[in-house]
Amino acid sequence: MTNQPIIEAQGLTKRFTVKKKTVEAVTDLTFTVTRGELVAFLGPNGAGKSTSLRMLTTLLPPTAGTARVVGHDILRSPAAVRARIGYVGQLTSGSFSQRVRDELLSQGAFYGMPAPDARTRADELIASLDLASFATRTVQQLSGGQKRRLDIALGLMHAPPLLFLDEPSTGLDPQSRANLWEHILRLRAEHGTTVFLTTHYLEEADRYAERVMVMDRGRVIADDTATRLKAELAGDVVTLGFGSDGDAERAVDIVRRLAQRDVAREGASVTLTAPDGDRLLPAAVRALDAEGLRVERATGVPPTLDDVFLALTGRTLREAGEGAPGEEETDAAASTASDEPAASAHQTGAIR
Amino acid sequence: MTTTTSTPVRENAARDTWNVLTRELKAVVRDPFTLIFSLLQPLVFLGLFAPLLIGQSGAPAGETLQWFVPGVLVMIVLFGTGAVGSNLQYEMMTGSHERTLVAPLARSSLLVGRALKEVAPIMVQGLIIVLIAWPFGFTIQVGGLVIGLLLLAVFGVGLGSLSYSLALATKDREWLFWGVQQTLIFPLLILSGMLLPLDAGPAWMRAVATVNPINWVVQAERVLFAGDIGSPVVLWGWVAALALAAVGLTVGIRSMRRSS
Repeated sequence: MTNQPIIEAQGLTKRFTVKKKTVEAVTDLTFTVTRGELVAFLGPNGAGKSTSLRMLTTLLPPTAGTARVVGHDILRSPAAVRARIGYVGQLTSGSFSQRVRDELLSQGAFYGMPAPDARTRADELIASLDLASFATRTVQQLSGGQKRRLDIALGLMHAPPLLFLDEPSTGLDPQSRANLWEHILRLRAEHGTTVFLTTHYLEEADRYAERVMVMDRGRVIADDTATRLKAELAGDVVTLGFGSDGDAERAVDIVRRLAQRDVAREGASVTLTAPDGDRLLPAAVRALDAEGLRVERATGVPPTLDDVFLALTGRTLREAGEGAPGEEETDAAASTASDEPAASAHQTGAIR
Repeated sequence: MTTTTSTPVRENAARDTWNVLTRELKAVVRDPFTLIFSLLQPLVFLGLFAPLLIGQSGAPAGETLQWFVPGVLVMIVLFGTGAVGSNLQYEMMTGSHERTLVAPLARSSLLVGRALKEVAPIMVQGLIIVLIAWPFGFTIQVGGLVIGLLLLAVFGVGLGSLSYSLALATKDREWLFWGVQQTLIFPLLILSGMLLPLDAGPAWMRAVATVNPINWVVQAERVLFAGDIGSPVVLWGWVAALALAAVGLTVGIRSMRRSS
């Protein structure tokens, strides 16, 4: 069953006309996802992530190109695609006037589940996503985290082989976000579900996705595992501190020869970026010792996906999100929740 | 955990409509107070406007109510069902409409199921109004009541569909929905002869009223509650209600197909 494609996108393109100006939200999107993968679209707000997802889930017809999703063409047989996918949108899936358990049962009926099966399934999901204490409350009465867990439950009700999640953790506090991921990963482990999500949290893509597709201005600009993206496109930042400016000046040449990289000096410290900082650091300390130069401080900061994005585009994810052109149409909701400080995500990446 | 081997469902307009309808009804059954609450406006007219009408006409209370109450029944539909689009618009803003669009449901069912749900509140509210008016001299003929409520239901399905179409057309612009709705509702109300007879109005008003389908429904309801089931006025009421339902459903289903 593995290596079988579950999504095959071929030249997907979407153009919107906003105030007589044509904005290309997604350009020539071509990729394949195989069964069981956990893939993340990472990019700033307005990069075209949601528009791509909305095309793949039959919500938006593409301007050009097409895709096969779970074996069916999104244009020719949208109904067949819909019956085989789960979708958790950016907003709240449950109707505010409905009760939690009622919505799950309605969802079961929508997907053709016999009533007894739907009840069993609903109760399983209520238990596994901790919805029991508010199952008879209306969606309106739930907290943000509770609503999001219900969204996930609704998306999983019919146990789809492929689950799309659009910004699943936007607006959640770190605790709820971690909980949500615990649920997604456990359900995936139990069912082998293919998970395809969009996120503008780098830490999230880095930590959970097995494959990251970096998206910017409607195009996929990189597609690999987070580890390889970071190793190939960014690198560790190694900093060595010395007793005097003179020592640091002497160290520059030695470290440059050893690492085969540009080395910068600032006061009594030297800094360089290298793909294998963890190996370089002890080697540099030994080489400098041999030359009689005493290293007093040493740090190696591993790269984050933000560094990858910076290397690819010359902008940080946060800067890119602020100046995002177009896609106001579909990403408006996400942009309100875009004020996650990129700096804190950066820090978390460094600590790990 | 259950396994993932269930066969994917195929769209089926009738079954999907039933599922959408029962989902909509769940919210009503869980919180029936909303039905009573939306009765407040017609009750205000019954309690504060009817006495003025009785005083003005000089006729006995029962006679005036016999003329006025059928109009109040149509008013329930005009104010209640005419506003249901706002529920859909709210679901479009909060996200659950999008979820139902990704579900394997016939697009038509998303409109028809919702429109059919309107029958339930109309029946319940109509009965309540009739029962409230009864002790004050309003007479009820069972045949007329049953046919009258059915006519009201068909009219409601049409008006509800149009309200949903308006909501779909004014996506993300709540002010526009209410702007259009409020602009239309009062001319339609006055030009239906619901509150005051149009006989005393100028000729142009009477002319406009003849093309207002709501006017035909009001007149048919009055005849029905008077017990004259076989009157041609009833027939014209049905023609108006059925035409409105046909137009409403066509426009509504078309808008729903374009919804994203």
